[in-house]
Amino acid sequence: MNYFLQQLINGVTLGAIYGLIAIGYTMVYGIIGMINFAHGDIMMIGAFISLIAFLVIAALGVTSVPLALVLVLVCALFFTSAYGWAVERVAYRRLRGSFKLAPLISAIGMSIVLQNGVQLVQGARVKPLAPVITGGIELSGAESSYPVTLGWLQIVIILLTVALMAGFTWLIQRTSLGRAQRATEQDMGMAMLLGINVDRVISMTFVIGAALAGVAGLMVTLYYGVVDFYIGFNAGMKAFTAAVLGGIGSLPGAMLGGLLIGLIEALWSGYGSIEYKDVAVFAVLILVLMFRPSGLLGKPEVEKV
Amino acid sequence: MAAFKDAILAGLVAALLALPMLGFHLGDSAQGLQLETHLELVPLAAAIVFAGRLALNLAAPWLAKWKDRAPAGKPKLETGVSRRPLYIGIAMAAAALILPLTPWGDRNILDKATLVLIYVMLGWGLNIVVGLAGLLVLGYAAFYAVGAYAFAILSQMGFSFWQCLPISGAVAALFGLLVGFPVLRLRGDYLAIVTLGFGEIIRVILLNWASFTGGPNGISSIPRPSFFGMPMTASSPGHTTFHEFFDIPFSPVQRIVLLYYVILLLALVTNLVSLRIRRLPVGRAWEALREDEIACRSLGINPTSTKLSAFALGTAFAGFAGCFFATRQGFISPESFSFIESAVILAIVVLGGMGSQTGVVLAAILLVGLPEWFRDLAQYRMIAFGGAMVLIMLWRPKGLLAGRTPTIRLNKGDAA
Repeated sequence: MNYFLQQLINGVTLGAIYGLIAIGYTMVYGIIGMINFAHGDIMMIGAFISLIAFLVIAALGVTSVPLALVLVLVCALFFTSAYGWAVERVAYRRLRGSFKLAPLISAIGMSIVLQNGVQLVQGARVKPLAPVITGGIELSGAESSYPVTLGWLQIVIILLTVALMAGFTWLIQRTSLGRAQRATEQDMGMAMLLGINVDRVISMTFVIGAALAGVAGLMVTLYYGVVDFYIGFNAGMKAFTAAVLGGIGSLPGAMLGGLLIGLIEALWSGYGSIEYKDVAVFAVLILVLMFRPSGLLGKPEVEKV
Repeated sequence: MAAFKDAILAGLVAALLALPMLGFHLGDSAQGLQLETHLELVPLAAAIVFAGRLALNLAAPWLAKWKDRAPAGKPKLETGVSRRPLYIGIAMAAAALILPLTPWGDRNILDKATLVLIYVMLGWGLNIVVGLAGLLVLGYAAFYAVGAYAFAILSQMGFSFWQCLPISGAVAALFGLLVGFPVLRLRGDYLAIVTLGFGEIIRVILLNWASFTGGPNGISSIPRPSFFGMPMTASSPGHTTFHEFFDIPFSPVQRIVLLYYVILLLALVTNLVSLRIRRLPVGRAWEALREDEIACRSLGINPTSTKLSAFALGTAFAGFAGCFFATRQGFISPESFSFIESAVILAIVVLGGMGSQTGVVLAAILLVGLPEWFRDLAQYRMIAFGGAMVLIMLWRPKGLLAGRTPTIRLNKGDAA
């Protein structure tokens, strides 16, 4: 039971990270209908930026951990958003409205460029970071055989995700940008006629997605303690799976999908074999799609002639 | 002036992007990570981007004029398929056939040509699925891997290349059917992610099922193909070898030439099948399905079985190519079948212009052949590869040779 509880906690933490990345996929898919293959690598860039920011801030003599974390968070948000914006501007904007596979290929190309670019400038070796947040709460009594701990880091990750989700939902539901975003998603041509600057809305979509991915990158850096240029691929693929699982285009779906993927991965690693955890994730995806082809929370697509 | 302003903005953005990633370097040292600063690189990157953007902006009017030079005029009515690509294709096939006989056909060139031809074949195979039937598949390398491993495992039981070639294709097609059956009724993008996931599943299984697949070490000493039962070795007890039979001196180049012709044959068969099948009812149904699924359904075409047939055929060719790959390398491991492989094959199809057979050849030479010359610059090579994918798409979103037109089309005058 305790073991299960521990895996549950790990799974929720992992799921929070996947969910944050999945939002970027699902938003971009919802608004321009493309799979942003480079999104996982944007997360990787975010992880590198947070690692660099940690070292720079430490070199500047900031010793308070909470202050350093906030500063790193701001850096990761800001610079990763810039990357998200630039990728859209360079590789996708001109392909809007051309046939469907063109942006996908462009995105795969961009993903290769980002991965190998980072490998070139930062080296191929795995970069370690000493644990910044340590300790946690012991949930089980001392008499139990298997202690369950909820790490402070896990609490920070889960709370930060919840806060970001709340802010993000508010942004989409209540602000004029969110309204424009939803309008563009429903009908780009009509939104344009009504005076919405569609280019700007799409740019902002990429910026928001990248910002969330940047935070996810920071979390990955803190949680795993190692970063390399290849982490974006695997995490990105699982996050995309999460987005599809939840129903692509649906924001709560992305979060739910992320949570489920995190739980499956943690529980499978805990009870099954750790080598086959990716197989479990994709197998569940295939099963869900067989019985609910538009994902868990996605709307079934109405086909019109 | 606007061009100047835009270039300054681009330079500023470049500086912003370069500041964290170029300005600081995470060096490894005995004490862990060492932060090195290279802030001088930031203005350099900004200046390069500024200059590039400015040049592009200033050249934009000329570029636009050059692009408009294409014949405007009245849209011509299409009268079936143009014969021109056929002649080009025959000329290219003839050139490929005599390549080993020409003075350029040395060992090095033939080796590279063989590699390019593997990708041409894979591209043509995937073209059936993506270009003709319009099904986006992101895990094509998985079926390539299935074919390669099918041969590698059977060869350990004593089967030869020629015996395994059809088996590899059949096994890959079987896997194609198994994957395709549950997922082909899904929307396009879901199909893409499921095939991507399937590709990963195959790779993970190959990596971890060590007793069957050799795990990360792979399978080595895979037999080479023979020439009608005659081994291509210097001597072989109990067999007449190739050079003995023809009474010519033994040379290792003979084996390379044989491999080259085998893949050329396989590729041409792939091409011929996909060209001819377009004229069959099932091929017409694929193209129709790509254009409008609902109309097809109302005309009584069963979308699932039609898609499934395209999927099975495409994956069968991946199996053949995998079998050849295994025999050429003599050694296979899961590393050769990663996602990037699927991405390269898909890129060849899309960059070539979906549905265009000549375009696939062109793209394969560009993406696989050309980088082979720059093996020493491994890291820059991959960046250039990704960059080329982006640039070609920006320049020609429909591919180098756009060939997505249906084989036949009811002309409505100005509708073209």
